[in-house]
Order: sequence, then C-alpha cells, then structure tokens
Amino acid sequence: MHWLTDPLQNEFMVRALVASALIGLTCSIIGVFVVLRNMSFIGDGLAHASFAGIVIAYLLKINLYAGGLVFAVLTALGIGSISKRSELSLDTTIGVLFTSAFALGVLLMSRVHGYVSDLQDFLFGNILGVDRTDIVLVISLAILVLAVVVLLYKELLFASFDPVMAQASGLPTDMLYYLLLVLLAVTIIVSLQAAGIVLVAALLVTPAATAYQLTTRFRSMVVVSACIGVGSAVGGLYASYYLNAASGATIVLAATACFFLAMALSPKRRSLLSAVLASRRNAAAGR
Amino acid sequence: MSGTREHDHTHVAPTQIGSPPDHSHSIAPAAPHLHPHDGHVRDRAPASGVPAAISFAGVCAGYFGRDVLDEVTFSVERGDFVGIIGPNGSGKSTLLKTIAGIHPIQCGTATVLGSDPARLDRRKIGYVPQIETVNWAFPVSVFDVVLMGRYGRLGLFKRPTRRDADAVRAALDEVGMADRGESLIGQLSGGQQQRAFVARALVQEPELLLLDEPIAGVDAGSQHAIFTLLEHRNHGGMTIVATTHDLSCVATWFGQVLCLNHRVIAYGPPSQVLNEQTLSATFGSHPLIIGEAVRSAD
Repeated sequence: MHWLTDPLQNEFMVRALVASALIGLTCSIIGVFVVLRNMSFIGDGLAHASFAGIVIAYLLKINLYAGGLVFAVLTALGIGSISKRSELSLDTTIGVLFTSAFALGVLLMSRVHGYVSDLQDFLFGNILGVDRTDIVLVISLAILVLAVVVLLYKELLFASFDPVMAQASGLPTDMLYYLLLVLLAVTIIVSLQAAGIVLVAALLVTPAATAYQLTTRFRSMVVVSACIGVGSAVGGLYASYYLNAASGATIVLAATACFFLAMALSPKRRSLLSAVLASRRNAAAGR
Repeated sequence: MSGTREHDHTHVAPTQIGSPPDHSHSIAPAAPHLHPHDGHVRDRAPASGVPAAISFAGVCAGYFGRDVLDEVTFSVERGDFVGIIGPNGSGKSTLLKTIAGIHPIQCGTATVLGSDPARLDRRKIGYVPQIETVNWAFPVSVFDVVLMGRYGRLGLFKRPTRRDADAVRAALDEVGMADRGESLIGQLSGGQQQRAFVARALVQEPELLLLDEPIAGVDAGSQHAIFTLLEHRNHGGMTIVATTHDLSCVATWFGQVLCLNHRVIAYGPPSQVLNEQTLSATFGSHPLIIGEAVRSAD
C-alpha cells in the first residue's frame, strides 16, 4: 500500500487531495441538475466568461477569484434573464454571452506586456498550488451547495422535471432557476483550481452523465454522480502524481473512463432510452 | 349568470351563442344529446349565489410583443366542465396559463376563484401541462411524479409524510395505475403518462382543474378513461377546464365549449356552439373536421 500513502508524505498533495475531492463532490452533485435540465453548455460558458473578470482583477491587482466570480455571476444572471425574455434558446444565449466576455479577457490580456504565468494556471488549473485559504474556500463552497441541495431537494427536483406545473403549483421557479445559476457560477470559479477554464465543464457534466446511465431514480443518480466525482478526482490526482502529468487532465480523463465504462455496462438505460424514443415517435405519429 | 357575457366581438349572432342554458328553448332534439351533462347543467349555480370560478373581461396576453389573446371575455361557473377548442396557435394554452396565473395579462381584468390569478392560492388549482413540456428521460418513478402534486401543499423545506403517500396511492388507483407506481415515468405509454399527470393534479385536491391537451397522443381507451374520471370528479363539484384540438370528443363530454381563435368566437353548450358557422370562424375552413363535429353534436 506504499503507492497509496507515499504521495501523502507531501503536504501539498494532502491539500490537493482534500481540495480536489471536495470540488469533485460539489461539481458532480450540482452537475446532476445541469445534465437533467439539458444545460450542459453552461459550465463551459460561465468558466470562459470568468476569464474577463480574472484579467481585469489581474490588471487592478485585486483577488483574481473575486474578479472571476463577479463576471461569472453577472454572465449567469444575464444568460438566465435573456433566455427567459427572448425567443432565443439557452444555448444560443450562452454562445453569445460567454464568447463576448472571453474576447474581452483576450483583448485585455493582449495589452499586458510580458508572460503572465498566473493566468496560465487559470486556463488549465493547478490543484497542486492550493493553499490553506483555498481549502477553507472549497470547504465553504461544498457546505453551501450541499445545504441548498438538501434543503431545496424537492423544489429543485420538481422545477427541473416540470417547470410549468411547478410554477402553477406556486413554487418560485424563477428564483430557483437563478439560485441554481448563481450556485453554478460560484462552483465553477472555486473549481477552476482543479481543472481550469478549459476543462472545468467536464467536472460538472461527466460524473452526472455517467450516473444517468447507471441509475433509474433521481436520488440514486445524485449519490452515484457524487461517488464518481470524488473517485475520479482522487484517482486522477494519483495518476497525475505517478505519471507526472497535468492533474486537471488526469482528473477529467478518469471521469471520462467511468463514462465509457458505464455506457458499456448499462443495458437497462439503453432499453429505457429506446422506450422513451419509441413513445415520442408514437405520440408524434398519433397526432 | 351568463347574461352578463359580452359577445359584441363574436362572429355569430349573440342571441344564439351567449345565451344562458335554457332547457325550455325551442331546439327540442338537442336536449337528449346533452345526456352526460344534462343534470349538472341544470344544477349550475345561480348568478346571485357563489361568485364565478373564472371571470375574464377584455383580457389580452402575448409573448415577446406578439398578441395571442385579444380581449377575451367569458366566465365559468363553479361546477362547469368547459372545453376550449381552437386550431394550433390560437391561444388555448396561453389562456389556460393566464387562468392559472403563470402568464401575465396585459389588459382587461381576470378573476379566478375570487382573486387575481397572479395572487391565487395555488393549492386551489390543479394544472396539467402539455406532456411535451416535460423531460421524459428524467429518472423519476410514477409515484415520485404524482407526489410532486403535494409539494405546493407541503411548502418549502417540508418533507412528504405518510398522508401524502396515501393520497398518491389513492390517486394512482383512481386513474387505474395502482400497479405502475414504481415504473419509470419515461417507460409509460402516452395515455399512461397523461393519466399519471391527471393523478398528480388530483392529489392537490384542487377546486379548479386546468388541463392542457389532456388527450393529445392518447389512445382511445385512455381517452375514455380520462374523460370518465374527469366527469366523475366534475359531478363531485370540481370545476374543470380543458383545451383540445380534437373535436370528436367535445360534444360527448363537455358541458360548455369555448371556441377560441385569439378571440372568443363562441361560447355555450355544444348543441348551440358546434355549428358550421362558428367552427369555420374558429378553424378557418376545414369542412371535414367541421362536418364531423357538427354531426356528433346533432
């Protein structure tokens, strides 16, 4: 068992393990709502949008996360309100808003002279660089997201499954939607340390998409997604230690391996999907 | 009661359409064919008693600057069973959503169960959305879906109790799905999905039940089962409003029919409303559909 304990001799590895496991947990739980609401693109969108805020914060010499968070939250709220008020789809709105914020970041960065190594970490993540403050931040985030999901479990479930009837029965569906968007923005910013702007969406989507193929109940999908999220974060980090490779990439690829394994092992889900498609076809034909 | 309805914008003679149900009227053969609703039409509450379940006066509503409802005026008495018919895109769903208070009105006044629809006590209305608006690939059981009908009653943070579970089982039994509670919602046929949705609305124990296209994509057996159930609840005092673009069921089941094409074209009992004149004003000219509906109303 030396191969398991050896890396823990280094304090930075212990911190990285705690941080990546908590990030994996938080992302994979909130990712269940992202996947079931068909808004997977939003993870990528908010992460890229935060780039402008990070560069602005860098130029102003303030906390980079704070800058990224402001841009991610504003973009999340903008995406929510534009897609509600116009006939454009959520994907299209995300496509327009995130590229514009990312372009602003690129424009500002191109005006900065010299090599900007701090900003590199934001693009690809650097979980080995987390310090004590980061750990406190990650723990607070995990508590916040878990508390919201536990307290508003039935409301989030109802509003995700059937927004129209949820609204008709008096649930504050708009408020729940914006709450989910803001939680997503916060989660993504904190998770940038693990996977960076380019890869963070995978932490949200891949564990939940994997769990979806293995489960037939919402509750079990949340639990399985959380296990895959934590497992691939820890496994990916060990792989990065022994392969001497970028940790963000190994974590994402570990989750992807689970995804394809689940696809291969999920006859039940395949039959369900074909049943759903067949009933849609029948409904369309009957009209 | 319906004497106050305004029909100055109908395409049809107001005397024929908006008049109160009068069982002594001269079209004698119509009466026997009102059979399923004969009793309750006669029992409708008098105007002086309980306020109307729904009262719309000159209501407009729309989406993104496009008007969908144009000065809609009508009222529904408590205990009515109303069908809203009209072609696709005529505003049926929007009308149902304005009644439910989940779509804003831009002009006119609306009263539902004695209050502004936007401030309505949500526990009093049941709403069955069009089944296309729902994500059928969602990993939830039929039981879980029906249980959602209790969520509004439970309030924030509260967990369902044994009483809620009992209500769900009773509702599943009522719609003939007692043995399907543990099935995944996505594995059901269209008719079963629709019955599960009706069960979900019933566990709310609503006074007013609104159904958006409850028989779209549903086989004949389930259609009959759904309407029989609704009729039973209607006799028990529940006010029911359903949209449909399937005219074949209208004369058989509904006590009142509202023909909608952005505006109220006609409103009244099927025997008075379902004629070639109103239906071509509602649907444009579709002689086949209209011929069938008029035949089944006669």
